[in-house]
Amino acid sequence: MLGVIGAPSIDALFDEIPAQLRIDALSDVPPGLSEMEVMQLMQARARSDGRPLCFIGAGAYEHHIPAAVWALVSRGEFYSAYTPYQAEASQGTLQSIYEYQTMLASLTGMEVCNASMYEGATALAEAVLMAVRSNRRSHSARVLLPQGLHPHYRAVARSMALNQGVSLEELPYDGETGQTAAAVLAPYQGQDITAVVIAQPNFFGVFEDVDALTDQAHALGALVVAVVNPTSLALMRPPGSWGQKGANIAAGDGQPLGCPLSAGGPYFGFLCTRLEHVRQMPGRLVGRTLDLDGRPGFTLTLQAREQHIRRAKATSNICTNQGLLMLAGTIYLALLGPEGLERIASLCMQRTAELAEALCRIPAVRARFTAPGFHEIVLALDRPVAPVLAALDALGIQGGFDLSEHYPELGHALLTCATEMRTSADIDAYARALRVVLAEAP
Amino acid sequence: MPALLREKLIFEYSRPGRGARAQWPAASSAEPAPAVPESLRRRARPLLPQISELDAVRHYTRLSQLNFSIDTHFYPLGSCTMKYNPKACHAAALLPEFASRHPLASAASGQGLLACLFELQEMLKAVSGMRAVALSPLAGAHGEFAGVAMIRAYHRARGQNERNEVIVPQAAHGTNPATASMCGCVAREVPIGPDGDVDLEGLRAAVGPRTAGIMLTNPSTLGIFERRIEEVARIVHGSGGLLYYDGANLNAILGKVRPGDMGFDAIHMNLHKTFSTPHGGGGPGAGAVGVSERLLPFLPVPLVGRDDSQRYRWLTERDLPQSIGRLTCFAGNAGVLLRAYVYMRLLGREGMRRVGEYATLNANYLAARLTQIGFDAAYPRRRASHEFILTLKRQAQTQGITAMDVAKRLLDLGFHAPTTYFPLLISECLLIEPTETESKQTLDAFVAAMAQILREAHEQPELLKGAPHTLPVRRLDDVRAAREPDLVYSSDAA
Amino acid sequence: MSNIPDDLTYARSHEWVRALPDGSREMGISDHAQHALGDLVFVELPEVGRALAAGEACAVVESVKAASDVFAPLSGTVLAVNEQLRQEPELINSDPYGAGWLLRFQPGASGVAGELLSAEKYRELVAAEG
Repeated sequence: MLGVIGAPSIDALFDEIPAQLRIDALSDVPPGLSEMEVMQLMQARARSDGRPLCFIGAGAYEHHIPAAVWALVSRGEFYSAYTPYQAEASQGTLQSIYEYQTMLASLTGMEVCNASMYEGATALAEAVLMAVRSNRRSHSARVLLPQGLHPHYRAVARSMALNQGVSLEELPYDGETGQTAAAVLAPYQGQDITAVVIAQPNFFGVFEDVDALTDQAHALGALVVAVVNPTSLALMRPPGSWGQKGANIAAGDGQPLGCPLSAGGPYFGFLCTRLEHVRQMPGRLVGRTLDLDGRPGFTLTLQAREQHIRRAKATSNICTNQGLLMLAGTIYLALLGPEGLERIASLCMQRTAELAEALCRIPAVRARFTAPGFHEIVLALDRPVAPVLAALDALGIQGGFDLSEHYPELGHALLTCATEMRTSADIDAYARALRVVLAEAP
Repeated sequence: MPALLREKLIFEYSRPGRGARAQWPAASSAEPAPAVPESLRRRARPLLPQISELDAVRHYTRLSQLNFSIDTHFYPLGSCTMKYNPKACHAAALLPEFASRHPLASAASGQGLLACLFELQEMLKAVSGMRAVALSPLAGAHGEFAGVAMIRAYHRARGQNERNEVIVPQAAHGTNPATASMCGCVAREVPIGPDGDVDLEGLRAAVGPRTAGIMLTNPSTLGIFERRIEEVARIVHGSGGLLYYDGANLNAILGKVRPGDMGFDAIHMNLHKTFSTPHGGGGPGAGAVGVSERLLPFLPVPLVGRDDSQRYRWLTERDLPQSIGRLTCFAGNAGVLLRAYVYMRLLGREGMRRVGEYATLNANYLAARLTQIGFDAAYPRRRASHEFILTLKRQAQTQGITAMDVAKRLLDLGFHAPTTYFPLLISECLLIEPTETESKQTLDAFVAAMAQILREAHEQPELLKGAPHTLPVRRLDDVRAAREPDLVYSSDAA
Repeated sequence: MSNIPDDLTYARSHEWVRALPDGSREMGISDHAQHALGDLVFVELPEVGRALAAGEACAVVESVKAASDVFAPLSGTVLAVNEQLRQEPELINSDPYGAGWLLRFQPGASGVAGELLSAEKYRELVAAEG
């Protein structure tokens, strides 16, 4: 090969690089391992981490993933394919995305859905920026976010909005119900508000009065950005049906649909909207069209808004999406169907109710909010939560998420969750362990 | 691959009441079952398929068979680094303890996973020559956002808010200027000289008191090394700006050159390119960022730290009060990071050096053979890095054959096309990146196919203009797709 | 060879301007520009009544491969936009100087007419761009 190139050595191929920049070896990297050795290392580390019993939600939920999902997603033709820029060679990927777009648009009650964002928090941030672009009548770029929205989602929105002149203001929640009352929008009457974000359920697991909030927001001239849990949409009226006119944009995390918890990612974000806003929507879009012979086929479309064409004026800098996870979500939904998704969602609610009941029988524990919710609940303890969680952890139980850092006003508060995967025996085990932990001196 | 395979939409398999019953848990037995309040209850079921598990498996298996992929085809997409994805990486990431781990679980119960992530940070520091690495950005573009945001934060902390110009070479990837805009900056283009290096005079004219920094890829998007990078660094640093490295082309220099040594202050690395995590039909990615000492305080959180007793924990805003903040809900695409970790452990220090060497060898070999059979290289006097550009400008003028035609005909011949029409600077271009995981036999077969295309251009140009002929679809009507968007299926549509 | 009517004036950014009998102006993009863009799929037009600043983007024309800003050749106020383009953006391709007009505007008192090129000068510009 070197003969064909006309170079004396491989090193000669690097001769355009200044000699002082070339290194002789990577000193701080260990030598290579065989596959067997690496797998032994990984298995040992995995074993040492083990599989504690999980009662944490807070934005990521442990659901059963049908075996067929990852058997199909792991096929090399999906796993090792690239972005479908050569449409004729990528009809598998493109058609599955079209099916995904259809399912998520329907689930959220919207007209279009894009081919995924990174995850829920960035999807919301992009939805906020999209709302600012789309609301022609508003010039303030003021966006209202509920405090009852996931604290990490609010943090990410801040990181992304900071440099784009968008101001984020927070709406309080009711300390009794845990809900965001529609009345909190009243003080903004007559002001220029660009968008209002409504989470359903909210971070506390509580159901919001989305119709009143949506109508009040629209009355302010603001666009409504919905943040929703996709499993809950099997049972809940979707954002497209909220209030008189429906939400304008819906976003959220698709993790519950076929994505393993995997320590935080990869998941996928979904972003859906009405046709009138489609050109303001970032990310890829797949459309169905005809080929030269008049046969239907699929292709990426409306690409002129994206970074590779519009560059500095693109709707976003997003290029890589979460394609493989979006496929997992599509196959998950195809396998469950409407009946399966409803049953999962109902079972989650039931298990969480059982969990709440079992734990609240313990004197030191009571439900913190009065409004009904989906599959998470905030419990008030009579003592700091962190040591309780640590003690439960040592017993192999992950009891939930400590709210005291982000919501100090709630006192000793714990957000806990039981999905369809938690059996009655699991819930029993948690309750027994908690009794033991709490019986120790406070 | 089956020819002309048609596969209907999943919705067309639906039959009312049908379902994969093994996936339906028993309905609630509680009395009364907790229910959604009446006013919030969904009225109409969503449009989801009502099908058997076999239908789903058959449908998606058949769809997969309509795709080209690395596992099935040579895929020389320039700038994408389509190297083989070792199966062990996937198997390790899906070990049940890792796959089922909740992101908010305690660090105490995750020392195994955190050890992998910490060691990944360390290895990425070593290959990049940077002082610290954070793993949370979820893609290259996300990493770019972090990098430019850190540079802005650095200037802001020094009271220099007016520094809002980001210099970007003409040939830059679109994400660069798009990122600049997302960070509230203005992108200023500098020209490329005839030999492919950044025009230093143009650069000197562009820098000044408003310069936040420059975004550079090296080797550049033209597939060649920026020879005067040290001078570029001096000019930009001299104006008070910082240097950002777009790591998309790191594969060319892995184990041979470190961006930190070139003077870069912030870098991102595309783990889904250089470190072989799966492209997955478009994603997921991971865009780990590395920084020099002066940008360390601004790193996005969380990242993994290790205390004196060798215990790992997450570092947050409390540890980095000047951090640009959180970029994602949790800690990043941990599953992707684990795959990259396993890949790096498999390669080791010698293997990584071989990556840079063989990626460069394969590209130079292919460039030599293709120019020898009659194609024109865009920069014939330069060494190829891990990729190179051919221009079809001459053929377009004399025979009316475009880069698009060559690309589409390659599909018929069993090869995925190279990247076409990027960078925008070179007309009718093909950006070709073989990667180090391809054998000489595969490269020679590709050359043979390109030779056939050259012959066809003379003898049967209609074969090229109408290509592809043998795939599930012919060329698609893009204009119709954009003018009459059909973006969701509806059962009443034809 | 692109079509460049003599009775119009042109901006360097490939917009054309026609003086209308009532003192207002009509504008669009040139034949050269529509050819470079390819088949147009969408046009984003400003609102009637919007103020135009010479040299600033006032509309966007989108094809499959590009989305280009259209720049106001003069300052002024938008009087009317070509609503037909919402359904038929392809009119810009087939008839860029007639049915493909983008908008009509009232030029401001400070309109800098000197910035616009005659058909002859625009022809030279297009030839130089190659």
